[in-house]
Amino acid sequence: MAIFTTISMYIIPLLLFVILVSAIIKQVPAYETFVEGAKDGFQMAISIIPYLVAMLVAISVFRASGALDFLLEGIRPVLALIGVPTEIVPLAVMRPLSGTGALGVMSDLLAVHGPDSFIGRLASTMQGSTDTTFYVLTVYFGAVGIKKIGDSLKVGLLADICGLAAAIFFVTLVFGSM
Amino acid sequence: MINWIWMTMLVTGLVFAMFTGNMEEVNEAIFEGAEEAVVLCFGLISILVFWLGMMRIAQEGGLLTLLSKVMSPLVRRLFPEVPKDHPAMGYILSNMTANMFGLGNAATPMGIKAMEQLKELNGGKDEASRSMITFLAINTASLTLIPTTVIAIRMTYDSENPGEIIGTTIAATAVAVISAIAIDRFFHWRRVQRARAK
Repeated sequence: MAIFTTISMYIIPLLLFVILVSAIIKQVPAYETFVEGAKDGFQMAISIIPYLVAMLVAISVFRASGALDFLLEGIRPVLALIGVPTEIVPLAVMRPLSGTGALGVMSDLLAVHGPDSFIGRLASTMQGSTDTTFYVLTVYFGAVGIKKIGDSLKVGLLADICGLAAAIFFVTLVFGSM
Repeated sequence: MINWIWMTMLVTGLVFAMFTGNMEEVNEAIFEGAEEAVVLCFGLISILVFWLGMMRIAQEGGLLTLLSKVMSPLVRRLFPEVPKDHPAMGYILSNMTANMFGLGNAATPMGIKAMEQLKELNGGKDEASRSMITFLAINTASLTLIPTTVIAIRMTYDSENPGEIIGTTIAATAVAVISAIAIDRFFHWRRVQRARAK
Protein backbone atom coordinates (compact mmCIF):
# COMPACT_ATOMS: atom_id res chain seq x y z
CA MET A 1 0.00 0.00 0.00
CA ALA A 2 3.04 2.23 0.45
CA ILE A 3 3.16 2.49 -3.33
CA PHE A 4 -0.03 4.57 -3.36
CA THR A 5 1.42 7.15 -0.98
CA THR A 6 4.67 7.22 -2.96
CA ILE A 7 2.83 7.79 -6.25
CA SER A 8 0.78 10.49 -4.58
CA MET A 9 3.90 12.27 -3.39
CA TYR A 10 5.82 12.22 -6.68
CA ILE A 11 3.08 12.73 -9.24
CA ILE A 12 2.66 16.50 -8.91
CA PRO A 13 6.33 17.55 -8.90
CA LEU A 14 6.98 15.12 -11.76
CA LEU A 15 4.13 16.53 -13.81
CA LEU A 16 5.34 20.10 -13.26
CA PHE A 17 8.81 19.04 -14.40
CA VAL A 18 7.47 17.45 -17.58
CA ILE A 19 5.34 20.51 -18.37
CA LEU A 20 8.30 22.86 -17.97
CA VAL A 21 10.58 20.65 -20.07
CA SER A 22 7.97 20.59 -22.85
CA ALA A 23 7.88 24.39 -22.75
CA ILE A 24 11.68 24.56 -23.12
CA ILE A 25 11.65 22.14 -26.08
CA LYS A 26 8.82 23.97 -27.87
CA GLN A 27 10.28 27.37 -26.91
CA VAL A 28 7.03 28.49 -25.32
CA PRO A 29 7.30 31.76 -23.35
CA ALA A 30 6.42 29.89 -20.15
CA TYR A 31 5.99 32.85 -17.82
CA GLU A 32 3.64 34.82 -20.07
CA THR A 33 1.68 31.68 -20.93
CA PHE A 34 1.35 30.80 -17.26
CA VAL A 35 -0.04 34.24 -16.39
CA GLU A 36 -2.55 34.08 -19.24
CA GLY A 37 -3.94 30.71 -18.11
CA ALA A 38 -3.80 31.65 -14.43
CA LYS A 39 -6.22 34.54 -14.98
CA ASP A 40 -8.93 31.98 -15.77
CA GLY A 41 -8.33 30.31 -12.41
CA PHE A 42 -9.19 33.50 -10.56
CA GLN A 43 -12.42 33.86 -12.54
CA MET A 44 -13.35 30.25 -11.82
CA ALA A 45 -12.85 30.55 -8.06
CA ILE A 46 -14.96 33.71 -7.86
CA SER A 47 -17.72 32.34 -10.07
CA ILE A 48 -18.48 29.38 -7.78
CA ILE A 49 -19.09 31.59 -4.71
CA PRO A 50 -22.88 31.93 -5.22
CA TYR A 51 -23.32 28.18 -5.72
CA LEU A 52 -21.29 27.34 -2.65
CA VAL A 53 -23.05 29.91 -0.45
CA ALA A 54 -26.45 28.56 -1.51
CA MET A 55 -25.49 24.98 -0.85
CA LEU A 56 -23.54 25.44 2.38
CA VAL A 57 -26.31 27.53 3.94
CA ALA A 58 -28.93 24.91 3.04
CA ILE A 59 -26.78 22.09 4.42
CA SER A 60 -25.96 24.04 7.60
CA VAL A 61 -29.64 24.74 8.24
CA PHE A 62 -30.59 21.13 7.51
CA ARG A 63 -27.95 19.86 9.94
CA ALA A 64 -28.45 22.46 12.71
CA SER A 65 -32.20 21.81 12.80
CA GLY A 66 -31.60 18.16 13.66
CA ALA A 67 -33.27 16.95 10.45
CA LEU A 68 -30.07 15.38 9.09
CA ASP A 69 -29.45 13.35 12.27
CA PHE A 70 -33.03 12.15 12.21
CA LEU A 71 -32.69 10.99 8.61
CA LEU A 72 -29.27 9.36 9.08
CA GLU A 73 -30.34 7.53 12.27
CA GLY A 74 -32.85 5.63 10.16
CA ILE A 75 -30.36 4.22 7.66
CA ARG A 76 -27.40 3.75 10.01
CA PRO A 77 -27.99 0.04 10.81
CA VAL A 78 -28.17 -0.92 7.12
CA LEU A 79 -24.92 0.81 6.22
CA ALA A 80 -23.10 -0.36 9.35
CA LEU A 81 -23.49 -3.91 8.05
CA ILE A 82 -21.16 -3.14 5.12
CA GLY A 83 -18.84 -0.82 7.06
CA VAL A 84 -19.96 2.47 5.52
CA PRO A 85 -20.27 5.53 7.79
CA THR A 86 -23.70 7.15 7.52
CA GLU A 87 -22.17 10.61 7.34
CA ILE A 88 -21.08 9.94 3.76
CA VAL A 89 -24.63 9.37 2.45
CA PRO A 90 -25.47 13.03 1.69
CA LEU A 91 -22.32 13.26 -0.45
CA ALA A 92 -23.09 10.05 -2.34
CA VAL A 93 -26.59 11.35 -3.09
CA MET A 94 -25.40 14.84 -4.08
CA ARG A 95 -22.43 13.80 -6.25
CA PRO A 96 -24.34 12.94 -9.46
CA LEU A 97 -26.77 15.85 -8.99
CA SER A 98 -24.58 18.88 -8.57
CA GLY A 99 -20.82 19.40 -8.75
CA THR A 100 -20.78 22.56 -6.68
CA GLY A 101 -23.37 21.04 -4.34
CA ALA A 102 -21.16 18.01 -3.77
CA LEU A 103 -18.19 20.31 -3.28
CA GLY A 104 -20.17 22.01 -0.53
CA VAL A 105 -21.07 18.71 1.16
CA MET A 106 -17.48 17.51 0.92
CA SER A 107 -15.98 20.64 2.46
CA ASP A 108 -18.57 20.42 5.21
CA LEU A 109 -17.50 16.82 5.95
CA LEU A 110 -13.83 17.87 5.99
CA ALA A 111 -14.60 20.74 8.35
CA VAL A 112 -16.58 18.56 10.78
CA HIS A 113 -14.53 15.34 10.74
CA GLY A 114 -11.11 16.59 9.62
CA PRO A 115 -9.46 15.95 6.23
CA ASP A 116 -7.27 13.12 7.58
CA SER A 117 -10.08 11.09 9.16
CA PHE A 118 -11.59 8.03 7.48
CA ILE A 119 -14.67 10.05 6.52
CA GLY A 120 -12.48 12.93 5.28
CA ARG A 121 -10.43 10.65 3.03
CA LEU A 122 -13.50 8.81 1.77
CA ALA A 123 -15.26 12.09 0.98
CA SER A 124 -12.16 13.40 -0.85
CA THR A 125 -11.87 10.24 -2.93
CA MET A 126 -15.59 10.18 -3.77
CA GLN A 127 -15.52 13.83 -4.82
CA GLY A 128 -12.50 13.29 -7.06
CA SER A 129 -13.46 10.02 -8.65
CA THR A 130 -16.77 10.64 -10.41
CA ASP A 131 -18.30 13.57 -12.22
CA THR A 132 -21.71 15.20 -12.09
CA THR A 133 -23.89 13.13 -14.41
CA PHE A 134 -26.81 15.57 -14.42
CA TYR A 135 -24.54 18.55 -15.14
CA VAL A 136 -22.80 16.86 -18.05
CA LEU A 137 -26.12 15.62 -19.41
CA THR A 138 -27.81 19.02 -19.10
CA VAL A 139 -24.94 21.11 -20.42
CA TYR A 140 -23.65 18.89 -23.23
CA PHE A 141 -26.99 17.73 -24.62
CA GLY A 142 -28.64 21.08 -23.92
CA ALA A 143 -25.96 22.99 -25.82
CA VAL A 144 -26.41 20.99 -29.03
CA GLY A 145 -30.17 20.42 -28.77
CA ILE A 146 -30.45 16.70 -28.06
CA LYS A 147 -33.94 15.99 -26.76
CA LYS A 148 -34.19 12.20 -26.79
CA ILE A 149 -31.46 11.10 -24.39
CA GLY A 150 -31.91 7.33 -24.83
CA ASP A 151 -30.07 5.23 -22.25
CA SER A 152 -27.73 8.10 -21.29
CA LEU A 153 -29.06 8.77 -17.79
CA LYS A 154 -29.28 5.08 -16.84
CA VAL A 155 -25.72 4.39 -18.03
CA GLY A 156 -24.36 7.51 -16.29
CA LEU A 157 -26.02 6.83 -12.93
CA LEU A 158 -25.07 3.13 -12.88
CA ALA A 159 -21.45 4.13 -13.58
CA ASP A 160 -21.66 6.63 -10.70
CA ILE A 161 -22.78 3.89 -8.31
CA CYS A 162 -19.80 1.73 -9.38
CA GLY A 163 -17.43 4.68 -8.81
CA LEU A 164 -18.81 5.41 -5.34
CA ALA A 165 -18.57 1.74 -4.34
CA ALA A 166 -15.00 1.60 -5.66
CA ALA A 167 -14.12 4.69 -3.59
CA ILE A 168 -15.34 2.97 -0.40
CA PHE A 169 -13.41 -0.18 -1.31
CA PHE A 170 -10.07 1.49 -2.07
CA VAL A 171 -10.14 3.93 0.86
CA THR A 172 -10.80 1.03 3.25
CA LEU A 173 -8.03 -0.99 1.58
CA VAL A 174 -5.39 1.74 1.68
CA PHE A 175 -6.16 3.62 4.89
CA GLY A 176 -7.89 0.88 6.92
CA SER A 177 -11.49 0.96 8.08
CA MET A 178 -13.07 3.68 10.21
CA MET B 1 -33.76 18.75 -9.86
CA ILE B 2 -31.12 20.64 -7.91
CA ASN B 3 -33.69 23.33 -7.26
CA TRP B 4 -35.98 20.76 -5.69
CA ILE B 5 -33.26 19.29 -3.47
CA TRP B 6 -32.12 22.72 -2.31
CA MET B 7 -35.63 23.85 -1.40
CA THR B 8 -36.37 20.57 0.40
CA MET B 9 -33.27 20.89 2.57
CA LEU B 10 -34.05 24.47 3.56
CA VAL B 11 -37.79 24.07 4.11
CA THR B 12 -37.45 20.76 5.98
CA GLY B 13 -34.71 22.28 8.12
CA LEU B 14 -36.81 25.32 9.03
CA VAL B 15 -39.92 23.26 9.81
CA PHE B 16 -37.88 20.74 11.80
CA ALA B 17 -36.30 23.50 13.87
CA MET B 18 -39.75 24.81 14.84
CA PHE B 19 -40.62 21.42 16.34
CA THR B 20 -37.28 20.61 17.94
CA GLY B 21 -36.66 24.12 19.25
CA ASN B 22 -33.31 24.40 17.48
CA MET B 23 -34.08 27.86 16.10
CA GLU B 24 -31.06 29.46 17.72
CA GLU B 25 -28.73 26.93 16.12
CA VAL B 26 -30.41 27.44 12.74
CA ASN B 27 -29.94 31.20 13.02
CA GLU B 28 -26.25 30.72 13.59
CA ALA B 29 -26.02 28.09 10.83
CA ILE B 30 -27.30 30.51 8.18
CA PHE B 31 -24.49 32.98 8.73
CA GLU B 32 -21.80 30.40 9.40
CA GLY B 33 -22.67 28.48 6.23
CA ALA B 34 -22.45 31.58 4.06
CA GLU B 35 -19.18 32.68 5.61
CA GLU B 36 -17.63 29.25 5.25
CA ALA B 37 -18.46 29.18 1.54
CA VAL B 38 -16.73 32.49 0.83
CA VAL B 39 -13.67 31.62 2.94
CA LEU B 40 -13.46 28.34 1.05
CA CYS B 41 -13.55 30.00 -2.36
CA PHE B 42 -10.79 32.38 -1.39
CA GLY B 43 -8.70 29.42 -0.32
CA LEU B 44 -9.33 27.89 -3.74
CA ILE B 45 -8.00 30.88 -5.65
CA SER B 46 -4.34 30.03 -5.07
CA ILE B 47 -4.47 26.48 -6.37
CA LEU B 48 -6.81 27.16 -9.30
CA VAL B 49 -4.71 30.09 -10.46
CA PHE B 50 -1.54 28.01 -10.23
CA TRP B 51 -2.86 24.91 -12.00
CA LEU B 52 -4.68 26.64 -14.80
CA GLY B 53 -1.48 28.58 -15.44
CA MET B 54 0.56 25.38 -15.65
CA MET B 55 -2.08 23.72 -17.82
CA ARG B 56 -1.89 26.59 -20.29
CA ILE B 57 1.84 25.92 -20.63
CA ALA B 58 1.09 22.19 -21.14
CA GLN B 59 -1.35 23.14 -23.88
CA GLU B 60 1.01 25.57 -25.65
CA GLY B 61 3.95 23.19 -25.24
CA GLY B 62 2.02 20.49 -27.09
CA LEU B 63 1.81 18.17 -24.11
CA LEU B 64 -1.98 17.84 -24.36
CA THR B 65 -1.71 17.06 -28.08
CA LEU B 66 0.93 14.43 -27.35
CA LEU B 67 -1.27 12.81 -24.75
CA SER B 68 -4.15 12.78 -27.24
CA LYS B 69 -1.97 10.97 -29.77
CA VAL B 70 -0.92 8.36 -27.22
CA MET B 71 -4.51 7.68 -26.25
CA SER B 72 -5.98 7.71 -29.74
CA PRO B 73 -5.75 3.95 -30.57
CA LEU B 74 -7.74 3.16 -27.44
CA VAL B 75 -10.29 5.89 -28.03
CA ARG B 76 -10.82 4.84 -31.64
CA ARG B 77 -11.92 1.42 -30.36
CA LEU B 78 -14.38 3.06 -27.98
CA PHE B 79 -16.03 5.05 -30.77
CA PRO B 80 -16.20 2.68 -33.76
CA GLU B 81 -18.75 4.93 -35.50
CA VAL B 82 -16.43 7.94 -35.64
CA PRO B 83 -14.09 8.06 -38.68
CA LYS B 84 -10.39 8.10 -37.82
CA ASP B 85 -9.53 11.67 -38.75
CA HIS B 86 -12.89 13.23 -38.00
CA PRO B 87 -12.67 16.44 -35.92
CA ALA B 88 -14.97 14.84 -33.32
CA MET B 89 -12.07 12.60 -32.31
CA GLY B 90 -9.82 15.56 -31.51
CA TYR B 91 -12.43 17.22 -29.33
CA ILE B 92 -13.27 13.98 -27.51
CA LEU B 93 -9.58 13.45 -26.76
CA SER B 94 -8.91 16.98 -25.54
CA ASN B 95 -12.00 16.80 -23.35
CA MET B 96 -10.85 13.51 -21.80
CA THR B 97 -7.35 14.84 -21.27
CA ALA B 98 -8.59 17.98 -19.56
CA ASN B 99 -10.76 15.82 -17.30
CA MET B 100 -7.77 13.65 -16.42
CA PHE B 101 -6.06 16.66 -14.93
CA GLY B 102 -9.12 17.66 -12.96
CA LEU B 103 -9.73 20.78 -15.02
CA GLY B 104 -13.51 20.41 -14.76
CA ASN B 105 -14.85 23.65 -16.19
CA ALA B 106 -12.03 23.91 -18.72
CA ALA B 107 -13.10 20.56 -20.18
CA THR B 108 -16.67 21.70 -20.80
CA PRO B 109 -16.14 23.78 -23.99
CA MET B 110 -14.32 20.87 -25.66
CA GLY B 111 -17.06 18.46 -24.58
CA ILE B 112 -19.72 20.64 -26.19
CA LYS B 113 -17.63 20.87 -29.38
CA ALA B 114 -17.37 17.07 -29.43
CA MET B 115 -21.15 16.72 -29.04
CA GLU B 116 -21.72 19.15 -31.93
CA GLN B 117 -19.53 17.02 -34.19
CA LEU B 118 -21.18 13.79 -33.08
CA LYS B 119 -24.59 15.29 -33.79
CA GLU B 120 -23.48 16.16 -37.31
CA LEU B 121 -22.23 12.59 -37.79
CA ASN B 122 -25.66 11.39 -36.73
CA GLY B 123 -27.37 13.46 -39.44
CA GLY B 124 -28.34 16.32 -37.11
CA LYS B 125 -31.09 14.34 -35.34
CA ASP B 126 -32.25 15.47 -31.89
CA GLU B 127 -31.70 11.94 -30.63
CA ALA B 128 -28.60 10.72 -28.74
CA SER B 129 -26.46 8.47 -30.95
CA ARG B 130 -24.48 5.46 -29.74
CA SER B 131 -21.24 7.49 -29.68
CA MET B 132 -22.91 10.30 -27.74
CA ILE B 133 -24.06 7.91 -25.02
CA THR B 134 -20.57 6.36 -24.82
CA PHE B 135 -18.97 9.82 -24.63
CA LEU B 136 -21.36 10.86 -21.89
CA ALA B 137 -20.79 7.66 -19.89
CA ILE B 138 -17.01 8.08 -19.96
CA ASN B 139 -17.37 11.75 -19.17
CA THR B 140 -19.48 11.29 -16.06
CA ALA B 141 -17.07 8.66 -14.75
CA SER B 142 -14.22 11.05 -15.73
CA LEU B 143 -10.85 9.35 -15.36
CA THR B 144 -8.93 11.62 -12.99
CA LEU B 145 -5.17 11.70 -12.50
CA ILE B 146 -4.97 14.74 -10.24
CA PRO B 147 -8.07 15.86 -8.33
CA THR B 148 -6.85 19.47 -8.18
CA THR B 149 -9.86 21.03 -6.47
CA VAL B 150 -10.09 18.30 -3.84
CA ILE B 151 -6.41 18.71 -2.94
CA ALA B 152 -6.90 22.46 -2.68
CA ILE B 153 -9.83 22.07 -0.29
CA ARG B 154 -7.89 19.56 1.82
CA MET B 155 -5.13 22.16 2.11
CA THR B 156 -7.49 24.84 3.35
CA TYR B 157 -8.59 22.45 6.12
CA ASP B 158 -4.96 21.87 7.19
CA SER B 159 -4.60 18.28 6.05
CA GLU B 160 -1.22 16.77 7.01
CA ASN B 161 -0.97 15.19 3.57
CA PRO B 162 -3.43 16.82 1.14
CA GLY B 163 -2.27 14.67 -1.79
CA GLU B 164 -2.61 11.30 -0.06
CA ILE B 165 -5.95 10.66 -1.76
CA ILE B 166 -4.49 10.79 -5.30
CA GLY B 167 -3.79 7.04 -5.30
CA THR B 168 -7.25 6.00 -4.11
CA THR B 169 -8.87 8.50 -6.48
CA ILE B 170 -7.03 7.10 -9.51
CA ALA B 171 -7.99 3.55 -8.53
CA ALA B 172 -11.67 4.39 -7.89
CA THR B 173 -12.01 6.46 -11.05
CA ALA B 174 -10.42 3.69 -13.13
CA VAL B 175 -13.03 1.24 -11.85
CA ALA B 176 -15.74 3.82 -12.60
CA VAL B 177 -14.55 4.28 -16.19
CA ILE B 178 -14.25 0.55 -16.86
CA SER B 179 -17.74 0.00 -15.40
CA ALA B 180 -19.10 2.89 -17.48
CA ILE B 181 -17.75 1.34 -20.67
CA ALA B 182 -19.08 -2.11 -19.74
CA ILE B 183 -22.53 -0.76 -18.81
CA ASP B 184 -22.63 1.33 -22.00
CA ARG B 185 -21.76 -1.73 -24.09
CA PHE B 186 -24.45 -3.76 -22.34
CA PHE B 187 -27.15 -1.17 -23.07
CA HIS B 188 -25.97 -0.92 -26.67
CA TRP B 189 -26.18 -4.71 -27.01
CA ARG B 190 -29.74 -4.60 -25.58
CA ARG B 191 -30.76 -1.91 -28.09
CA VAL B 192 -29.41 -4.01 -30.95
CA GLN B 193 -31.31 -7.07 -29.67
CA ARG B 194 -34.54 -5.10 -29.43
CA ALA B 195 -34.11 -3.65 -32.90
CA ARG B 196 -33.68 -7.18 -34.23
CA ALA B 197 -36.76 -8.47 -32.41
CA LYS B 198 -38.82 -5.84 -34.18
